[in-house]
Amino acid sequence: MGGSTSRYVPTSRWGKWFDERLPIARMVNDSFVDYPTPRNLNYLWTFGGILTVCLLAQIATGVVLAMHYQPSDVAAFNSIEHIRRDVNYGWMLRNLHSVGASMFFLAVFIHIFRGFYYGSYKAPREVLWILGVIIMLLMMATAFMGYTLPWGQMSFWGVTVITNLFSALDTIYNGLGTAVVEWLWGGYAVSGVTLNRFFALHYLLPFVLTGVVGLHIWALHVVGQNNPTGLDIKQPSDTVPMHPYATAKDSVGIFAFLIIFAWFAFFVPDYLGHADNYVEANPLVTPPHIVPEWYFLPFYAILRAFTSSFLGIPLGQYAKLCGVIAMFSAVIIIAFAPWLDTSRVRSAKYRPIFKWFFWFFVFTCVALGYLGSKPAEGIYVTAAQIFTVCYFLFFLVVMPVVGLIETPKRLPRSITEDVLSKGGGSGLPTGATAAPEAR
Amino acid sequence: MTTEALEPNRRDFLVVAGNAFAAVGAASLLWPFIQQMNPDASTKALSSVEIDLSPVKEGQAITAMWRGKPIFIRNRTKAEIESAVDVDVKKLPDDNARNEGLTGDPPATDANRTVKGHENWIVLIGICTHLGCIPKGQAMGDERGEYGGWFCPCHGSTYDTSGRIRKGPAPRNLEVPPYAFETNTKIKIG
Repeated sequence: MGGSTSRYVPTSRWGKWFDERLPIARMVNDSFVDYPTPRNLNYLWTFGGILTVCLLAQIATGVVLAMHYQPSDVAAFNSIEHIRRDVNYGWMLRNLHSVGASMFFLAVFIHIFRGFYYGSYKAPREVLWILGVIIMLLMMATAFMGYTLPWGQMSFWGVTVITNLFSALDTIYNGLGTAVVEWLWGGYAVSGVTLNRFFALHYLLPFVLTGVVGLHIWALHVVGQNNPTGLDIKQPSDTVPMHPYATAKDSVGIFAFLIIFAWFAFFVPDYLGHADNYVEANPLVTPPHIVPEWYFLPFYAILRAFTSSFLGIPLGQYAKLCGVIAMFSAVIIIAFAPWLDTSRVRSAKYRPIFKWFFWFFVFTCVALGYLGSKPAEGIYVTAAQIFTVCYFLFFLVVMPVVGLIETPKRLPRSITEDVLSKGGGSGLPTGATAAPEAR
Repeated sequence: MTTEALEPNRRDFLVVAGNAFAAVGAASLLWPFIQQMNPDASTKALSSVEIDLSPVKEGQAITAMWRGKPIFIRNRTKAEIESAVDVDVKKLPDDNARNEGLTGDPPATDANRTVKGHENWIVLIGICTHLGCIPKGQAMGDERGEYGGWFCPCHGSTYDTSGRIRKGPAPRNLEVPPYAFETNTKIKIG
């Protein structure tokens, strides 16, 4: 429904004058006010709005924290304590920013699983989906660098471990990995120099992210929103205008989410973090058990699953490289979902077999997250290896094969039919769809 | 007419030459923006350190810093040296000596990882070759793994008394930094 002719009519003389010179009000009206939204969207569709709020909250709290933070190895740790103790409301801003990162990832994971369940990656939404994967990669890079800044033990050793991933390139070409790692570090080990540049990039990347989010919304508005039936918009009665219908619903979702956000920020601000990061970075002592932030755990579990043998297959010196490749592939493969899924039915609501595999995939991701938080020993390693295989099988086998063998359920003829069949099957619910009828 | 248009003419050459100059210009402008992130002059200046070994008794270990990296120096006992020498190098996960002081691809014998005449001293870069944690084994009460050398708590890599990888995900032996004995009790690293 994107690209439909604009129905914006400026009312004031000034509005008309400005619209002929810079039609920004027209653009806002067409994209966020008069924009046709499927009338059957459920609360899972409010996560786009929630994520926008998360991004803006991180930028707002981040910019003010940067006014009090000092990116140097001698001052960083103390400057965070200074923010918590001395800066007016510093404790709150710092908690909002650190809890905000967790909330951002919580929302993005729900957003992504929503996309998987309702087939929001399928034609014509491939570019929208790929932009989303790029956003997730940028989010991960940004969050990783942000976690460095307090310069606690977890910060320091997290950076050491993650940047060392690139040294696996030495297995391909001797010296290449070391050169890349020393370039990232700006030295021969993680140091204040590394911290300094991570601060600069942690400031930069959210703005790059904002740019890609702009493209993401643009791509969404060209192809139109997906909906729980996965059907295209076919008639005006399938939609309601975005404002006030979708905006009001989004607001409910956003406020509910903010209640959870505030609860974490005010009552358990450190619950999602790691106590070791309240110990200043010490380059001579590695904490016995390094754990990344919870939102990296599934990918961390995949990385660690590749030990010297993987489910009986000896990997020898290639173990590290395999782990690194598997971890990056685990993210990149999501971008290929539009081409791996062979089913022509979008929504899993009408896909009896895929639905089960979808929930098993959710379970796989949660299980990997749990295993990532456990020490890499004994049964945990074997379990992580099995679930790593499950993770990739979902994309490489389940998606292509289930689409070919599955008989989908009967689809409703339109979004309108689907909505009305729930209310007894005939007539229009009073007052529910005032605006579409008027068109 | 059409055949004429397909023939490359002198103006096409100008376009190609112009684009080539622009590409070279862009690349040479980009290079300093990349190169600025490599180790700077002050970092490179910390290239060598001297360490006095006289207070380190047999069976003790010290950790020094060189280029921001911890350096493990251990005065090995007779038993530790014997267990390091008495190993079939071909059966090791990494059979390269990983000694920056030696050229070529020397095998990972204990002799290739120590200095002749000072076999009791093992000097290593104390960074696990997996993902860069500091292995345990320097302090007296530390767990040293089943080969009596070092044990990395991050992902369970186990090193022997010559710092060679024996078990776990690490791909290589602990590196031997370039160093030399200046006197019998003093080494210079770097």
